[in-house]
Amino acid sequence: MLELIVISTLNGVLFGMLLFLLSSGLTVIFSMMGVLNFAHASFYMLGAFFGYQLTKWIGFWPALIFAPLLVSLIGMAVERYGLRQTHKHGHVAELLLTFGLAFAIEQVVQMIWGKLPMDYRVPAILDFPAFTIFSTNYPAYKMFMLLISVAIFIALLVTLKRTRVGLIVQAALTHPNMVAHLGHNVGRVFMLVFGVGTALAAVAGVIAGPALVTQSDMAALLGPILFVVIVVGGLGSLPGAFVASLLIGLIQTFAVSMNGSLASLFGPLDPSIGPSLLTDIWNVTIAQIAPILPYVLLVLVLIVRPMGLMGTRES
Amino acid sequence: MTDVTSQAPSPAQSGPAQSLGFYAIWAVCILGVILLPLIFTSGGSHTTFSLIGIAIIFALSYNILLGQTGLLSFGHAVYYGLGGFLAVHGMNAIVAHELPVPLPFVPLIGGFAGLVFALVIGWVSTQRAGTVFAMISLGVGELVASSSLILRSFFGGEAGITTNRTDLPTIFGLSFGPQIQVYYLIAFWLVISAIGMYALTRTPLGRMCNAVRDNPERVQFIGYDPHVVRYLAFCFAGFFAGIAGALAAINFEIANAAYLGAVQSGVVLFAAFIGGVSYFFGPILGAIVVTMLQLELADITSVWQLYFGIIFIGIVMFAPGGIASLLMMHRPLLRAGTLPMVLPSYLIAIVPTLLFACGVILGIEVLGAYSQGSADSTTIRLFRIPFEAASPMTWLAAVVLTIGGFFVARMTWRGIAGAWDRAAMAARERGYLS
Repeated sequence: MLELIVISTLNGVLFGMLLFLLSSGLTVIFSMMGVLNFAHASFYMLGAFFGYQLTKWIGFWPALIFAPLLVSLIGMAVERYGLRQTHKHGHVAELLLTFGLAFAIEQVVQMIWGKLPMDYRVPAILDFPAFTIFSTNYPAYKMFMLLISVAIFIALLVTLKRTRVGLIVQAALTHPNMVAHLGHNVGRVFMLVFGVGTALAAVAGVIAGPALVTQSDMAALLGPILFVVIVVGGLGSLPGAFVASLLIGLIQTFAVSMNGSLASLFGPLDPSIGPSLLTDIWNVTIAQIAPILPYVLLVLVLIVRPMGLMGTRES
Repeated sequence: MTDVTSQAPSPAQSGPAQSLGFYAIWAVCILGVILLPLIFTSGGSHTTFSLIGIAIIFALSYNILLGQTGLLSFGHAVYYGLGGFLAVHGMNAIVAHELPVPLPFVPLIGGFAGLVFALVIGWVSTQRAGTVFAMISLGVGELVASSSLILRSFFGGEAGITTNRTDLPTIFGLSFGPQIQVYYLIAFWLVISAIGMYALTRTPLGRMCNAVRDNPERVQFIGYDPHVVRYLAFCFAGFFAGIAGALAAINFEIANAAYLGAVQSGVVLFAAFIGGVSYFFGPILGAIVVTMLQLELADITSVWQLYFGIIFIGIVMFAPGGIASLLMMHRPLLRAGTLPMVLPSYLIAIVPTLLFACGVILGIEVLGAYSQGSADSTTIRLFRIPFEAASPMTWLAAVVLTIGGFFVARMTWRGIAGAWDRAAMAARERGYLS
């Protein structure tokens, strides 16, 4: 039991930090531009695929630098030539643009790399057990992922709280018009923030690629969970996104490792009832409902506290 | 969130000539629905028409939300899918208990199923409009889609639940075995639903929906609750989506998890938006275009969904009013007689634009064939011309066509804008354009 708790906590925090790498960019982009970027998870997927391809060509470490740079160039181009053009048609059009983009990116990835999972391996230098805990070897690569995520988290925090750039970004979060009036090029700030946000997503993709599965449906799998994170955390709130990322990371990881069901708690149903909705619900295990838990949480939070855990505004 | 849809059609002026024209349009459409399968008699075209009919009902029901009320939903397929599942269960129950319910009434089961679920889910999700509503609809959509794989006895797991429409009691001697009979069943419900949904836009409720879309605050000031208005619109949308789902279940004789998945929700959003959400007939056009694209493009190219996405992005960026808006833009010019001023610039623009499109298509196909094709299948055929995907000449052609075509085309597009301004000016002088 203790083993399960320790390992699941480690994995949950790891998954949560990965989610935060994505949701932080998404939240900042949303706060500044009012656009929920549907394609954010697609940039994460592009990061993983670019990481895979560049690792094949030039090795893992250069890939860790260059893949996010490439993706952020794409992201900035999307902001400059896509979103900025669409802005005059309103937020629905912008949201739909990113929706179509997510669709198109998935198709392009499928066209180039196919639908099968990639053989994206953990680099040899990190392919050893970091420590052994309760007879389970914990891989060093996961510790590396955790390290990178935490390092980026701290860097982001310092940049936002302690630098001039962070000051402008923070101001633009709440008072974009005032920032523009003070003479800052808000358009360029937006483009840079979009670039940094997509680069963060790509970093998450590069480091998560070998550990999770690098496949053309990875964006579609992670995308909705990402929205759950930023809505549960409170739209536009970075601390909220952090808390919600960890919360959902932990919930999902713990749920997957639990095998309990109503049947194991109260004993099996009378077999004479036959298969029905009741038997389905009675026999389903917590591990099986793990994929829907984030959405249950989303609906509950929206009913009880519509602005999210730490949000200040409703929409 | 409402800029896209702010140009709603003004209420029909009530001149006798105009109302005659209005009824004539409806009559021609209904006549077309009846006559089309008699003109195109192959079984394949009957299947296509049936799919288009279902898609039109579904897209129109979606437009009650997006176009009429300004609610962007990413989970509308939930009501379509649940309507389909309930219809299949209903049909199986009718057969098992020998109930005297003939097939033409089954879509009502689906409709009421959609309505009931919309009544339950809608109250929570319509409390806020805008992004929050979009996110809730997405969450509920994922929730139901994931649950469908857990609750196996109801949803049948991955295989789905099958039924047999010919086992139901017959009416007027119709067995509904042949596709043509199913088509007319769909056409019947299509006409009823379309008239119903159009009538809905003309009721006070429909008008309040538009008001809630455009300015919810003022709606509150005059004493209405925007939440209730949105909720009612949501319920109607769920009802008609359920009818569409039931018709799909009757057509395919199966309901499975794909009915309520994210893909289905995305397709209906594409259909409504490509057609145009600010006009009632927009989603009809969109449903026809999208269904035809799905059926035809899939035969021609393996990456048809990519073209689909590109078309959607193009519409969102350059014509957010959809095809319907593009068509209706020309109406005042046509009336003022200044349309001929624009046509030459269209003819000039069409050549480089087509070249640009060919370059993009060639590039996509070459890239696809190059990265996926094995050694013997790198030759692609485009408009019956063979291209060698590995040859640098092909790549060069694609790049030159795309980039060169784009810059030339952009010049001609500016020509269109100029000609358009002159034509609009002339129309304004003649009093046809405000």
